[in-house]
Amino acid sequence: MTANDPSPNHLQLTRDGQLRHFLTLDGLSQPLLTDILDTADSFIEVGERSIKKVPLLRGRTVVNLFFESSTRTRSTFELAAKRLSADVLNLDISTSATSKGESLSDTLLNLEAMASDMFVVRHSQSGAPHFIAESVTPGVAIINAGDGRHAHPTQAMLDMLTIRQHKGRFDGLKVAIVGDVLHSRVARSQIRALNVLGAEEVRVIAPGTLLPRDVEDLGCTVEYDMARGMKDLDVVIMLRLQKERMEGALLPSEREFYRLYGLNQEKLGLAKPDCIVMHPGPINRGVEIESAVADGPQSVILNQVTNGIAIRMAVMSMAMGGQMAERQQRQQEQQEGRA
Amino acid sequence: MTASANWNEGGLKLIGGQLFEPGKGLISNPGLLVRNGRIEAVGEQAQAAASAATLDADGQVIAPGFIDLCCNLREPGNGQKGNIASETRAAAHGGFTTVCASPETSPVNDSGAVTNLILDSVASRGVVRVLPIGAITRGLDGDMLSDMAGLKAAGCVAVGNGSRGVRNARILRRCMAYAQTFGLTVMFSPENTALAADGYAHDGQVTTRLGLLGIPEVAETAAVMEMLLLAEETGVRLHLSQLSCARSVEMLAQARDRGVKVTADVAMHQLAFTESALAGFDSRFHVRPPLRGEADRQALVAGVQDGVIDAIVSQHQPHDSAAKQAPLPATEPGLSSIESVLSLGLELVQNHELELPDLLRALTAGPAAVLGREVALTAGAAADLCLFDPDGHWQPSTATLLSAGRHAPVLDRALPGEVKLTLVAGRTAWQAPGTPL
Repeated sequence: MTANDPSPNHLQLTRDGQLRHFLTLDGLSQPLLTDILDTADSFIEVGERSIKKVPLLRGRTVVNLFFESSTRTRSTFELAAKRLSADVLNLDISTSATSKGESLSDTLLNLEAMASDMFVVRHSQSGAPHFIAESVTPGVAIINAGDGRHAHPTQAMLDMLTIRQHKGRFDGLKVAIVGDVLHSRVARSQIRALNVLGAEEVRVIAPGTLLPRDVEDLGCTVEYDMARGMKDLDVVIMLRLQKERMEGALLPSEREFYRLYGLNQEKLGLAKPDCIVMHPGPINRGVEIESAVADGPQSVILNQVTNGIAIRMAVMSMAMGGQMAERQQRQQEQQEGRA
Repeated sequence: MTASANWNEGGLKLIGGQLFEPGKGLISNPGLLVRNGRIEAVGEQAQAAASAATLDADGQVIAPGFIDLCCNLREPGNGQKGNIASETRAAAHGGFTTVCASPETSPVNDSGAVTNLILDSVASRGVVRVLPIGAITRGLDGDMLSDMAGLKAAGCVAVGNGSRGVRNARILRRCMAYAQTFGLTVMFSPENTALAADGYAHDGQVTTRLGLLGIPEVAETAAVMEMLLLAEETGVRLHLSQLSCARSVEMLAQARDRGVKVTADVAMHQLAFTESALAGFDSRFHVRPPLRGEADRQALVAGVQDGVIDAIVSQHQPHDSAAKQAPLPATEPGLSSIESVLSLGLELVQNHELELPDLLRALTAGPAAVLGREVALTAGAAADLCLFDPDGHWQPSTATLLSAGRHAPVLDRALPGEVKLTLVAGRTAWQAPGTPL
C-alpha cells in the first residue's frame, strides 16, 4: 500500500461495490459519485411535494451521534432521515457521556444495545467514523457527518450537486477553494470529489500558514495571490475562517485576511461572468465574504442547504440498501452452509 | 516450556549451525559449551567435552543475546499495560537477554529508591537482565535535575528523557554538564516540544490526506542539532535514541566526523514501516517519533548498515487494549514490538536491504558498546545467548505473544526468524515449544 492509495473500501463498500458506510470519498469511483448525485436529484422532487415523505427507511432507527455540535448539518440529516420515514434519535454526546469519562467504545456498545440501524457521526477527531465502522456489529451503517480535519463527504457531495445544477457538467470546469484549507475537512473532500468527477483544475488559494504540507498531492494547484487565482474561474468556494486562527500565529488579523483573501465584488469580477459563489456555511460576513457577494446573484449558498437534504437522503438510502443486500447475502450463505 | 531449566551444572552443548561472533561475522560452529553461567569452551574443545545435554543447532544461528537500549516494562505503576514478569518473558521470546528499562514509569525512575524497587522486582520475577535508565530531570518534567549520583549508585546505566520532549535548552545544557560529572551517558529522544505541538503523525502526504495533526521533521532535526552542539560543548557522552529522519542520520555522521562523542539508535519499526501504515487510521502505528517517509526509512536502514547508527531498539511499549481502542488521535503511542524485532530485521535481510551480520551487530555489539560493554561468544564470556532459526516461521497472535500488549506490528501473517532458545547466564529464559532439550 502506498501513501497515495486511499483504500478504505473494504470498509465502506460491499463485495458488489455498493455503499454500506459513507466515511470518505477516497477510493469511490466516478460512477458511484454520479449515482449519488442522480439519486439525490430524484429526492429533490420529494422536497417539493406537500407530503415530503418516501418509505425507504420505514421502521429503521437512525441515531444522530454528534460529538461536536452543529446545527445545520444535524438538522439536515434529521430532516433527510424523517423524509425517508426513519425514526430519528438525536444525541448530543459532546455534553454528556464522554465528559463523564466514558470511552467512545463504551458509548457505542450502549447505543448498539438500542438496536439502531444507522449512526450519523460528527466527531472532532479525524478517523472517528472509521473507528466506529470497524467496531460496530455488521448491519449498522455509519455515515460520516464530518470528522476532525479529515472528511465531510456529504457536504462535498451537496456542493457537487449544486455545481452540476448550475453548470451541467464537471469537465472543463476551473474551481477554486479559498481560505483555511489546513483545518478544513470540507476542502479535502471537495478536492477529491472534483478530481474524481473530472474538473479541469482545482486551485487552492490561501496563505502558506493555512495550507497543509504537500497539499498539491491531493490533486490541486496552489495560488497565494487571490487576484491571479480568480482568473477564469467557473466556481469559487469560500471556506469558513475560525476566529482562533489568530491566536496560533497563523494569521495576523481578520482585517488583513479579508483584505487579501476575502471575496468582494471587485475580486469576483476577475472570474468568469457566470462564476458561481459557494460557501459551506455558516458564513462570516466581512471576514471571508462581503455581504453584497453572499447575497448577490452569483451566490448559490442557499441552494447548497436545500441540496444538503437531498444528498443526505441519497447517501442514507444507498448505505441502508448496501447493508440490506449484505444481510441477505449473509443469510443465504448461512442457509447454503446448513444445506 | 521449561523456563527454569538451568544448564549450569551438567552443562549444555550446542553443536552445528553458525555462530555470530562480533568482529568476525558468521562462522561455523563446531561446538559451544555452556556451564556455570558462562561459555566454558568453544570449537573442537567444546565438541569433545562431556555435557548433560546437547542441542543440534544445524541450520540455526547462535548469537550473543540481544541488547535493547529502549524498552518499557511498565513497572512500577502501570500494571494494566505490562509488568516485569510479562515483559521480560516477552524480551526473552524475542531473543533479548538484556533490556534497558525506560525511566517513564509511575513514579518516574528519578531516584535511587525507584531504581532499587525496579531491580528488586527484576531479581524476583525477571527472566532477562534489566538495566534501568534514570530520569534526567525530576519527574521527567524538564525543570529540575534528578538525583543522578544516586541513580548511578543504585544501578542506572544512563540517564534519559524517556519519550518526553525537552522544552528548555538552558536546562538541557545543565543536565548534560551534571551527567558528565558522573560519567553518565545521556540518552535523548530528540523532539522539540514547541515544533511537535499537538501532532501525532508524520507531517506529510498521509497526514495531509487524512487530516491528522503532523509532527514536522524539523521537530526532530532541530532538537538533534541543538543536542549535538550542547554535547560538543559540555563534553558529555550523548546517545540519540529513536531517530526517525534522514537528516538526523546525516547530522549524526557529520558530528562524529568532528569528533563529538555521540551514538544513536533507531527503532525497528522505523526500518520496516513508513507513514503509509497509518493509511487506514490503524492506531497500532501511532508511534512517537512518528513513522516517516520512504526516503527516511531508507536512510535509517543505510545508517544501520554503515554503522552510523549503532543500535536497533525495540522501543517496546505495551498497552492495555483500551489505550488503542479509540479514534487514532485519542490513542496512546507505541507498539508491542520486542517479540517481532528479529523477525522484521530478517525480512529486511530477505529483501536485500540489510546484511545479516549488520542486523546482528546492531542488536548485540552495537548497543553493548553504547553501554561501554563488550559481548562475545568466547570461552569465559557470560552465557547470554540466543539461538534462532532464520528460515523458521512463526505467527504473532494472542496465542504466541507473551507481552501483555497485543498490538504487535504484524499480526496477520507469519514472520521469519523463530527464536528457539534464549539463555541468560546459562539459564533458559525462553525455549520454543518442540525444541528437543
